Amino acid sequence: MSILVIAEHDNASLKGATLNVVAAAKAIGGDITILVAGADCGGAAEAAAKVDGVSKVLVADNAAYGHQLAENVALLVAEIGKNYTHILAPSTSNGKNIAPRAAALLDSQAISDISSVESADTFKRPVYAGNVIATVQSSDAIKVLTVRGTAFDAVAAEGGSATIEPLGTATDAGVSTFVGEELAKSDRPELTAAKIVVSGGRGMQNGENFEMLYKVADKLGAAVGASRAAVDAGFVPNDMQVGQTGKIVAPDLYIAVGISGAIQHLAGMKDSKVIVAINKDEEAPIFQVADYGLVADLFSAVPELESKL
Amino acid sequence: MKILVAVKRVVDYNVKVRPKSDGTDVDIANAKMSINPFCEIAVEEAVRLKEKGVATEIVAVSMGPKQCQEQIRTAMALGADRGILVETDTALEPLAVAKCLKAIVDKEAPDLIILGKQSIDGDNNQTGQMLAALAGLPQGTFASEVVVADGKAKVTREVDGGLQTVDLTLPAIVTTDLRLNEPRYASLPNIMKAKKKPLDITNPADLGVDAAPRVKTLKVEPPAERKAGIKVADIDALVDKLKNEAKVI
Repeated sequence: MSILVIAEHDNASLKGATLNVVAAAKAIGGDITILVAGADCGGAAEAAAKVDGVSKVLVADNAAYGHQLAENVALLVAEIGKNYTHILAPSTSNGKNIAPRAAALLDSQAISDISSVESADTFKRPVYAGNVIATVQSSDAIKVLTVRGTAFDAVAAEGGSATIEPLGTATDAGVSTFVGEELAKSDRPELTAAKIVVSGGRGMQNGENFEMLYKVADKLGAAVGASRAAVDAGFVPNDMQVGQTGKIVAPDLYIAVGISGAIQHLAGMKDSKVIVAINKDEEAPIFQVADYGLVADLFSAVPELESKL
Repeated sequence: MKILVAVKRVVDYNVKVRPKSDGTDVDIANAKMSINPFCEIAVEEAVRLKEKGVATEIVAVSMGPKQCQEQIRTAMALGADRGILVETDTALEPLAVAKCLKAIVDKEAPDLIILGKQSIDGDNNQTGQMLAALAGLPQGTFASEVVVADGKAKVTREVDGGLQTVDLTLPAIVTTDLRLNEPRYASLPNIMKAKKKPLDITNPADLGVDAAPRVKTLKVEPPAERKAGIKVADIDALVDKLKNEAKVI
């Protein structure tokens, strides 16, 4: 078995999601290589070389890969990937953008968002918004997988000593160009990596009221999330959305405030270790998955919670 | 210009799906079926581009059993001009769907192909990317805004940290995210008119596609049950439980 892991990085450093993917690669077993494709990505490559359990880091450092456009990176992955039995990427927006494109170039039916490795060709993955867990077996020679980060414990970021090998050639498909980006700024921990997540829903009524959740989150060192209703209503930006179509989180503690608990929201958080629901409707479906439920008006409960932490 | 839109027939998003007791498959025999919500957004975007005078024709395509005609008719009632059904009783995987779509793209030569970002049954999020790869076209996945001008599509994409904008040379593939638009409802007169719009039927073999599955489902099962929780009386009790019982704060 030889496994190629596509690194999630911002050129300067390696993102945590990569460490979860390496954990999945270890569960499959075999020689693990990380591919770092970017521009001026030496920092990310050096970090990748230190990751525990990795034997080689391939670095494609070229302007064509700067923003990891799928058209260019997928060509690279498909070219290098021919030499591997497994190609793994995180289930991040980058991983989901690139991996299926590379898989099609390799004529391989990718398997998305695996949550468990049963053997080198058999994996578990959630379908139907997490209401069903399917065990699937691939007959493709090269298996392309995206990995649900929250389902695998990250490997150590230090301790490895992989060799770094630069790749000379670059491919630019020439059909797409990066125009710009607008990234939300936040001092709080990243939503998918946070130990505690405090989320608000439609019950928050407006964006200003999220301030109450930020205060609770700051006391707990937590990240702040939201339901689709809160995002659609414009209370908070959309990258805060937790759910089937947003981010999948599995923190130690998830506090749902003013969230009814629709199937699509539960898909994003029901693997949390402890779930707390604060909602004034005692019939809300969120109480069916909550370990601790408090039926109360959030406008009095949340400030009280903050004062008692 | 011509737009091709792919629509999928899926279990309605409000239905809570459960595995059959023997674990062979999910139990959806009598479930309500609908157009996948992301595909509805794709149809809506195509119709808006036609209303703006950017597009001249919209072709809706679906694959699966003959009942998929219902979803094609729905797309027509929303504004698609004609439909193509790739009829098969084999459950098609994303790669096979992408190959069928590639054959249709070769024949129809659309300038823009719009798909949903994922279907809510398989949750794969692959077909658009795979079609883009097979057709050698650029992809604008998870789109929240699409502007077509001067032979290019400027696509704003929803990425993990926020938004990213890319310029794609046409023809191009776009996959829709929830924020792209709010789909309209089909009016009764439009539903009636849709019945008269042309619908061609073909199949994977005629398109030269081997639709044999590559991934075998060995088992389906419900997710691990959470043990029943409790209701607490007030914030003091909640904080106490979190500190002393769950030990998470």
